[in-house]
Amino acid sequence: MEMQTVKFYQTGTFTVGNRLLDENERSVQANMERTNSLNSGHRACQGCGEALGARYAIDAAMRVTGDKLIAVNATGCLEVFSTPYPETSWQIPWIHSLFGNAAAVASGVAAAMRVTGRSDVRVVAQGGDGGTTDIGFGCLSGMFERNDDVLYICYDNEAYMNTGVQRSSATPPAARTATTMAVGKEPGNVFGTGKNVPLIAMAHHIPYVATASVANLRDLEFKVTRAMNVHGARYVHIHVPCPLGWGSAPADTIKVARMAVESGLFPLFEAEHGEVTGRTRIRHKVPVTEYLKLQKRFAHLFGKTPDQERLDQIQAIADKNIRTFGLIDTELAHG
Amino acid sequence: MLKQVEGSHAVAEAIALSRPQIICAYPITPQTHIVEGVGEMVKDGTLKNCEFINVESEFAALSVAIGASAAGARTYTATSSQGLLFMAEAVYNAAGLGLPIVMTIGNRAIGAPINIWNDHSDSMSMRDAGWIQLFAETNQEALDLHIQAFRLAEELSCPVMVCMDGFILTHAYDRVDVPSQEEVDAFLPPFEPRQILDPSAPVTIGAMVGPEAFTEVRYLAHHKQLRALTLIPQLSAEFEQRFGRASGGLIREYCTEGAETIVVSLGSINGTVQEVVDDMRADGAKIGSVSICSFRPFPLTALRDALQNAKRVVVLEKCLAVGLGGIVSDGVRKSLSGIQLKGYTVIAGLGGRAITRGSLRQLFEDAAADELEQVTFLDLNADVVAYELERESQARRTGPTAEAILKRLGTVSSKIG
Ligand SMILES: Cc1ncc(C[n+]2csc(CCOP(=O)(O)OP(=O)(O)O)c2C)c(N)n1
Ligand code: SF4
Ligand SMILES: [Mg+2]
Repeated sequence: MEMQTVKFYQTGTFTVGNRLLDENERSVQANMERTNSLNSGHRACQGCGEALGARYAIDAAMRVTGDKLIAVNATGCLEVFSTPYPETSWQIPWIHSLFGNAAAVASGVAAAMRVTGRSDVRVVAQGGDGGTTDIGFGCLSGMFERNDDVLYICYDNEAYMNTGVQRSSATPPAARTATTMAVGKEPGNVFGTGKNVPLIAMAHHIPYVATASVANLRDLEFKVTRAMNVHGARYVHIHVPCPLGWGSAPADTIKVARMAVESGLFPLFEAEHGEVTGRTRIRHKVPVTEYLKLQKRFAHLFGKTPDQERLDQIQAIADKNIRTFGLIDTELAHG
Repeated sequence: MLKQVEGSHAVAEAIALSRPQIICAYPITPQTHIVEGVGEMVKDGTLKNCEFINVESEFAALSVAIGASAAGARTYTATSSQGLLFMAEAVYNAAGLGLPIVMTIGNRAIGAPINIWNDHSDSMSMRDAGWIQLFAETNQEALDLHIQAFRLAEELSCPVMVCMDGFILTHAYDRVDVPSQEEVDAFLPPFEPRQILDPSAPVTIGAMVGPEAFTEVRYLAHHKQLRALTLIPQLSAEFEQRFGRASGGLIREYCTEGAETIVVSLGSINGTVQEVVDDMRADGAKIGSVSICSFRPFPLTALRDALQNAKRVVVLEKCLAVGLGGIVSDGVRKSLSGIQLKGYTVIAGLGGRAITRGSLRQLFEDAAADELEQVTFLDLNADVVAYELERESQARRTGPTAEAILKRLGTVSSKIG
């Protein structure tokens, strides 16, 4: 019989293989020795994707650096829910300065480590999409351009959540926020706006850029690990559903995140020195409606008569992503 | 060692002697020569164990400084005018976090209208940000104050701004005595941070604080500045003992003994004021002057002691609280609470307007005769103002004021006299 390549994948769950793997290949969170850098007891909402993403990302970075890590945090939900005085959830050295300067503060920390002979200590900066793609964008681009030894992590929940769900430049088209109300001729956020910071990061030709999602935590850990094994400016952009801002059920956070990936709306890829070097293929392509339907911020697209025109436009965005990043394994799809 | 150098160069040497580990800055006139000076010393290896970071804005410059200082490095930056405003949020933040960063301000006016020349509006805009603010009178003092500033900042864990007049000091060539590295090392020990980002002893810096503790945190910041009122004169005395010259301190008095009229001012203008005091004293006038070196903390008691026996105080300010008048005058008045004496505010030298001995002499004579308004704008061109006010009363669309005035004067904006 002719040799045939067979691809295996599990359905239903993607926690693929922790038990089947060699112990040192298991996820950071599966390890009893994980650092719990962001400890329990913080004030995030139930089902907060940002809290989940941050815990996985920082613990992974801690493992790579042998616990020699300093974190710089922009103002935003993550900062507020983790440090209500006199408590802190952070088990690592952590500093919050301002909303728009996390990347620059991190550059300063990294430089201080070099001049004081502590180059083994590494630095992570982290912020929400607002702190990254809007107000902190100047400092971020400066840090990239100087190729400072900083990993910047953006937790993208697609709006200014901490101040009550206002639009940011990462808010997707049609999404209802407090400043893009679901009223008028074009309800929700207008089409044709916003910016793609992972691509802009790539344009700086920095050593490593990746997108990740809390739908795929093993992949998230892997990417943070890769990023921390490289020196210079690095950027990881993590898609983190926000039940409060998106109007999704807290129990559905992972599902919502997965639908974003599987529909093609949030492509998972890696890039080195400005070139895409890897992408996560979509296993079961779902229509964007599967993703949108789970969230009240898109409720106005459905109602009695679905707004087919806008739904088609959103589907077109997903399809374009799939084409641009090669998200569907054509061989598999046709076979 | 005696040297004939530009003020900026003198400051750059003082910075280098203070062994900073991180320097980050963004260019703005008239601060540029200072950071170019230290930058070169880092690049050619004269200044060792130090990194110079070119950043994309003043906001980033001070933010990098915040990170570096919190991570335990001795950190320096410098700016002026628009640059200081651009970093404003970080200015408050550095003080709130108690980070001992030293920053030079090459004092310059704030636009609009854009103007690169000297006045004190920039530093004054940040007077309540929680930084200690020291004003230098001469290039020698600017050099000396920077060395003192690092010691002061690190003892208190509080940032310090050293303010020096743009161009008048930064770009003036003057003789300065540059101390040796050994002398500076003996005065300024290595940086021992009070708080540090360190994986072996993790701390959370910059946590969110609500109403239950915010007042206490702010009170402690105030308390720190009150401690500086004692520490600043101590450091100045120790500096004098080690280096053999007086620099810094809270205030400096000149001919105040028996003076009926006392002029109070900040920075380089004191040189001219003292010359006029000398002239008038020679003619029998009972006049003296006080130079405020420490504007934050504000030396209420020292000023009261210096001024309380006078009959009148003239506060000569290179800044303006629009809609009120003086900024320095406010503090001076507070220092004299309960004491009956006449107080005059004089706004002078805005945007580099020259303050001449002739104008000052006339002004002080008018003050001595109590013929001054409460608030006087020195050498204000009343014709131009009257013409413009009239023009604006005649028509609606009169266009931009600054341009109209320049047209009327028929001069180019670089004429500063
Ligand atoms: C200079 C400044 N402007 C505005 C704010 C108010 N502010 C605080 S957090 C925040 C929103 C944060 O949004 P994002 O960065 O997306 O983080 P999220 O809360 O969504 O995680 C805003 C607008 C601020 N703190 N500082
Ligand atoms: S508002 Fe959203 S991002 Fe903020 S804590 Fe709640 S779920 Fe998390
Ligand atoms: Mg957000």
